[in-house]
Amino acid sequence: MSAASSPIPVPTNGAGSSGAAAAPAVTHMTYRDAVRAALREALLKDERVFLMGEDVGRYGGSYACSKGLLEEFGEARIRDAPLSESAFVGAGIGAAIAGMRPIVEIMTVNFSLLALDQILNTAATVRHMSGGQVSVPIVIRMATGAGRQLAAQHSHSLENFYAHIPGLRVLAPATLEDARGMLATALADPDPVIIFEHAMLYNMEGELANDAGAVEIDRAAIRRSGRDVTLIAYGGTLGKALDAAATLAKEGLEAEVIDLRTLRPLDDATLLASVARTRRAVIVDEGWRSGSLAAEISARITENAFYDLDAPIARVCSAEVPIPYARHLEQAAIPQPATVVDVVRKMVSRHG
Amino acid sequence: MALAPDIAVSRLREMMRIRRFEEACAEMYSAGKIRGFLHLYVGEEAVAVGVMPALTPDDAVVSHYRDHGHALARGVPAGVVMAEMFGKVEGCCHGRGGSMHLFDAPRRFYGGNAIVAGGLPLAVGLALGDQMREQRRVTACFFGDGATAEGEFHESLNLAMLWKLPVLFVCENNLYAMGTALSRHQSQTDISRKAEAYGIRAERVDGMDVVAVEEAARRGAAWVREGNGPYFLELMTYRFRAHSMFDPELYRDRAEVDRWKLRDPIKRFTLVALGDGAISEDDVAALARDVAREVEEAVAYAEAGTFEPVETLLRDVTTPREVALP
Repeated sequence: MSAASSPIPVPTNGAGSSGAAAAPAVTHMTYRDAVRAALREALLKDERVFLMGEDVGRYGGSYACSKGLLEEFGEARIRDAPLSESAFVGAGIGAAIAGMRPIVEIMTVNFSLLALDQILNTAATVRHMSGGQVSVPIVIRMATGAGRQLAAQHSHSLENFYAHIPGLRVLAPATLEDARGMLATALADPDPVIIFEHAMLYNMEGELANDAGAVEIDRAAIRRSGRDVTLIAYGGTLGKALDAAATLAKEGLEAEVIDLRTLRPLDDATLLASVARTRRAVIVDEGWRSGSLAAEISARITENAFYDLDAPIARVCSAEVPIPYARHLEQAAIPQPATVVDVVRKMVSRHG
Repeated sequence: MALAPDIAVSRLREMMRIRRFEEACAEMYSAGKIRGFLHLYVGEEAVAVGVMPALTPDDAVVSHYRDHGHALARGVPAGVVMAEMFGKVEGCCHGRGGSMHLFDAPRRFYGGNAIVAGGLPLAVGLALGDQMREQRRVTACFFGDGATAEGEFHESLNLAMLWKLPVLFVCENNLYAMGTALSRHQSQTDISRKAEAYGIRAERVDGMDVVAVEEAARRGAAWVREGNGPYFLELMTYRFRAHSMFDPELYRDRAEVDRWKLRDPIKRFTLVALGDGAISEDDVAALARDVAREVEEAVAYAEAGTFEPVETLLRDVTTPREVALP
């Protein structure tokens, strides 16, 4: 039995606000509310689903995503774990093999390094090592990213570490729809899925359709159409790329904005088709530039669409520094809309 | 208490078949048929053979990189294990795992984990799943003394006891973490006391005595199955051969190895069983012939196996999507 028993709608590719007919009722909510609604629905739909992690129960989740769930579902299914990332992630893996559908929450990607052994050496490898006998249907959620002045041990973007690993699927919901809809699809996946929630998105507000449900997790989405340049972003940088696109539009430059959504496996087809249209690409990635996802995407475009390009690919990444505490330094270290705008202006003027 | 003849024959057969299997592995390694790391269980047979009878087919087993003995004692056919080490499709993991990663899902044998202590969180999770599904099952988790220095050991013991999970922890204390002696890697060398520090009921048992191991394992498994939480066995044992085929054994004296060989679990149990009249010299000779033939057939099976075509290199990394999302 699948946790996502309803048909999985494919989001429309495009900036689309065209579907005016029979618009469904919507609710104003935050990204956090959307995550909580997804968790609650998963727990209601499938008795095998449980949530485990540090402070997910009585505290309500370090980012308050699971507030109220302990009261509704009880201690057996909303499990406060000791500060033992390796043990509780490994316990999730074992429980998944034993037939459960665990959702394991890790407070932040920096702490996930304490569980990297279990994620890489067990979750991602068991299916292969066992010759396909044993799958690990676990979902691991964690917060990522900078912006809250939490300094150099709570603010990094290490999505690329996980996107490097065969055997994992890596998701980065950047919208309310995806925060609401990716979890169910991830739970239906027989293999391990990592979901990165950018910490700055939890308070993002918007309207979400009351009948919002599971979404596909195979394709990137075009969040804004444009003809002059492709901005490729994910998670916390999607909003920044859209802001940059809005500024550029005032100058007559139409940027297409792609939300990667799934960081592994990457949806090359959507990226390459967009670049073939716009002939320019800028990747906006909060990871450090060296060895980044942006580097991987740049390589793929170069390998597959070199002759479509009118300009060298550009990257807007985090500066090569542990994220500093002081606000002005933190902000200087991570991608900003103004930087994206500058890069696009130069790219167009130099090669336009 | 005198040994029942059928039990005596069964335990002796299992230990002899592991011993013979491991000797054949060493021969096949020398012949270049097996490559990579190969860790032999010779000397430690009483541990696997004593613990497995305490488990039911519904229970789960998690092993470490010295896993051939556990797999064989759990019932994985010798030919399938040997074929795995030959890297053949007919192996239990189609040649993807090798010596250190034997798996058999129908027998709930979940590896073959070559990250020291990496199997403990997994075992805790299997037990958590069983507990949440209200199954009266036990997960037996084997690991060595070296694993007790890892954080995952301590995290797992704490979590198992905190949540009263049905795990039978089985520490095979062979006195060496690869080449580092116990007293050179542990501040507290009585490992059972580490378990007691977490409130877990623990025993230290002679791991060279298959009868003592089985009695302790049955006590432990019953305790776990009754819902009392985890149980911890420290089984004092010794590996007669080198750590792996690459090990020149510079870290221990020949005399020490010889002293332990006087306590060889197979010789010792044979003497006890003969003394009890539970078996005869003829039985022993017949068992030796049986296991030699079985291992010979296992090698022939592996030899006759096939190598996977490289065209399917990328299979079994993730589940094909059409299967994943119908």
